[in-house]
Amino acid sequence: MRRREFSLFILILLLLIAVSLRAPNFFQLGNLYDIANDTSILIMVAIGQMMVIITGGIDLSVASGIALSGMSVAMLNQYYPNIPIFVIILISLSIGFLLGSFNGILVSMAGIPPIITTLGTMSIYRGFVFVLSSGEWVSAHEMTEEFRELPRGSLFGMTNLILAAVLLVLIFAVFLHLSRTGREIYGVGGNKVAAQFVGINLKKIHYLVFVLSGIIVGLSGLFWVSRYASAQNETAFGFELQTIAACVIGGVSIMGGTGTILGVVLGAMFLGIVNNALTVINLSPFYQMAIQGFVILVAIVANTLVDRRNQLAMLRKRKL
Amino acid sequence: MQSVLECHRISKHFPGVKALDEVDFKVRAGEVHALIGENGAGKSTLVKIITGIYPPDAGTILKNGETVEFRNPIASQMAGITAIHQEATMFPELSVTENIYMGHHLTRSGSRLLDWKRMKLKTRSLLEKLELEINPDTKVKDLSIAKRHMVEIVKALSLDARIVIMDEPTSALSLREVEDLYKIIRQLRTEGQAIVFISHKFEDIYEIADYFTVLRDGRYIGEGKVAATKVDTIVQMMVGRSLKQMFPKTQAQLGDTVLKVEGLSKTGFFKDVSFDLHRGEILGFFGLVGAGRSEVMQAIFGIDEVTSGEITIKGRDVHISSPSQAMDHGIAYVPEDRQLQGTILAMNIRENTTLPVVDRLSHYSFLDFNKEREITRQYGQRMEIKTSGWDQAVGSLSGGNQQKVVLAKWLATRPEILIMDEPTKGIDVATKARVHEFISQLAAEGLAIILISSELPEILGMADRIVVMHEGKITACLDRKEADSEKLVKAAMGNLLS
Repeated sequence: MRRREFSLFILILLLLIAVSLRAPNFFQLGNLYDIANDTSILIMVAIGQMMVIITGGIDLSVASGIALSGMSVAMLNQYYPNIPIFVIILISLSIGFLLGSFNGILVSMAGIPPIITTLGTMSIYRGFVFVLSSGEWVSAHEMTEEFRELPRGSLFGMTNLILAAVLLVLIFAVFLHLSRTGREIYGVGGNKVAAQFVGINLKKIHYLVFVLSGIIVGLSGLFWVSRYASAQNETAFGFELQTIAACVIGGVSIMGGTGTILGVVLGAMFLGIVNNALTVINLSPFYQMAIQGFVILVAIVANTLVDRRNQLAMLRKRKL
Repeated sequence: MQSVLECHRISKHFPGVKALDEVDFKVRAGEVHALIGENGAGKSTLVKIITGIYPPDAGTILKNGETVEFRNPIASQMAGITAIHQEATMFPELSVTENIYMGHHLTRSGSRLLDWKRMKLKTRSLLEKLELEINPDTKVKDLSIAKRHMVEIVKALSLDARIVIMDEPTSALSLREVEDLYKIIRQLRTEGQAIVFISHKFEDIYEIADYFTVLRDGRYIGEGKVAATKVDTIVQMMVGRSLKQMFPKTQAQLGDTVLKVEGLSKTGFFKDVSFDLHRGEILGFFGLVGAGRSEVMQAIFGIDEVTSGEITIKGRDVHISSPSQAMDHGIAYVPEDRQLQGTILAMNIRENTTLPVVDRLSHYSFLDFNKEREITRQYGQRMEIKTSGWDQAVGSLSGGNQQKVVLAKWLATRPEILIMDEPTKGIDVATKARVHEFISQLAAEGLAIILISSELPEILGMADRIVVMHEGKITACLDRKEADSEKLVKAAMGNLLS
């Protein structure tokens, strides 16, 4: 496992070097800072996605959840500008909790496969955005100063947004790798039947990962609309694919059971750098999407090859 | 008679291990040849070389007296060699016909279109030849494991196999199905096929094999005629020890009743199951595959629900609806399928071993890695798990060692009632003996043990009392002194023994 994160780290360094050769202004502190800000939301949501994927599921509703949560708090801020920002934060977390809970209940209680559940909620949540907003956007001048300042405000030399991402990474790194529930999550993903036989409550774990993903989504929705100072109906459209790509590049197996926080962070950073680089080297936006996809593919193929080599080594060691 | 397949001084190295060291092996047409050896003896490696998966580092393979070289599995297949493995290598969603002809479909003359009619006809005729009542259109997933094995044999025949290699073909079969398999093997033998039979069971070897070859630690130890060789001799060749050490159940003092089950029923699975279990006792559960033994135990362990019945533990009525509740009552269940139900292959030994007790080993929900290592070391050493380190992935351990991990894991929960479901299935003789020793030790220490086993020698040697089940009901409960193979098999097949 460590070897993979290390090779991803090297890959990122190489990428940084390659891009800076072509565009020297890439490596400027200001630009790197931008990348960090841009990638923070992806890192946060990818962590939630990672936990769901580890248990063998997937959360396709994250983008719609971001939009719904974002639109909700933006409208709240528009019509009730006196609500203090930390209350808005709590509200966004609660909305996220509800969204995640709904997914979690459908998956754990009704036993509906996660891909189908979240495919449905992806549309339902997005639909609700339209219902709420009646098709109208919330734009910058309709938001309070405090609201728009949220992701920007500086603390310890980092923006609040970066700080939030760092905190989340730390919290979940500890949770997943050092806590009992974290071990149980990996257990459920590694072998559902064996986990059950050992007394792990499958329903509880499935519910929990969706709730956690939802809470993160809720918070991210708030950060998204405040960062871009706009809440639209198409906010974060297609973003779920980026979160999944970040996970896969970071070494999270789609089958479940493996993956590390570090890997996901690196995977998200890789995507963030590619995103930024393509703009900086003045590539036509038409090529950008294709190249992004290509780069993701290369990273995944590299990952798969390493995986396969490890698996073969494991089988070889096994005496029959 | 000239051999149809001969391996001469075959050697094979893998990084760090010499899998085969100048091994000889000879099989003649019309012969059933048992390939015997512990896990790690080199049987699988030899088979893989014969079937073209690996090339040998040294030595020659001769087919009908001529030197051959198999560069890949297809070459071996075209030379008439087919292997049937323990794990089913069939396509569950496809029909019997589709499975049999996968890879060598028949086409309509002159075109490249598949000729299903002809394939179905041939399949049907092959099935009839072996007197198998299987519909060629049935999806393989709807067939029992026994029938799937039969289909694999038919597939071998459709490939014009002259040498059929079977790896532990009876390990998942009931007694009745084993008889059917023997019949087919005998028929193949009369037709001049050579059959190589890998098995750990003496019942199989003595029932069906003509000759045997023993491998140990990658070396050829000896061969001979089965009928002319005593079991003890073969065991000695395999293991270097005698049979007496295989089932060392010592007489233990039976303590008070620790578990009492009354009228346990689950519609469709078992009915009116009642028995009791004492401290220090090994209660054997015998029966054919599908008799309902695992279902009863899984219900007691809280994995499945019961429709009616009572369970009493240490005098108190309990209602168990989840494994964690069962664990709280001091019950541990070592499941039948260690890969599917018993271990998480992606995790390492330490993580697997501590998984059931992870709540006891954590402070305020935070894992204590030191305690984990301590427990793993304690129980891993007790079970003599052969590994390079506790952080080794369980998926890279041999079957015997994997089973030891499962046992270590459940012992770490410090149970009072230990239910073991076929604990030595598919394990080599030496490890088996050690596991039996452990079970005896545990009983002597006061554990109450339920041992589900389909191996007569094991259950007769280990159990203080034996319960026999048939089609979900208990048909006999015998004391060790009065039990013998005949009575057990009779009860297992339905005759009630009073």
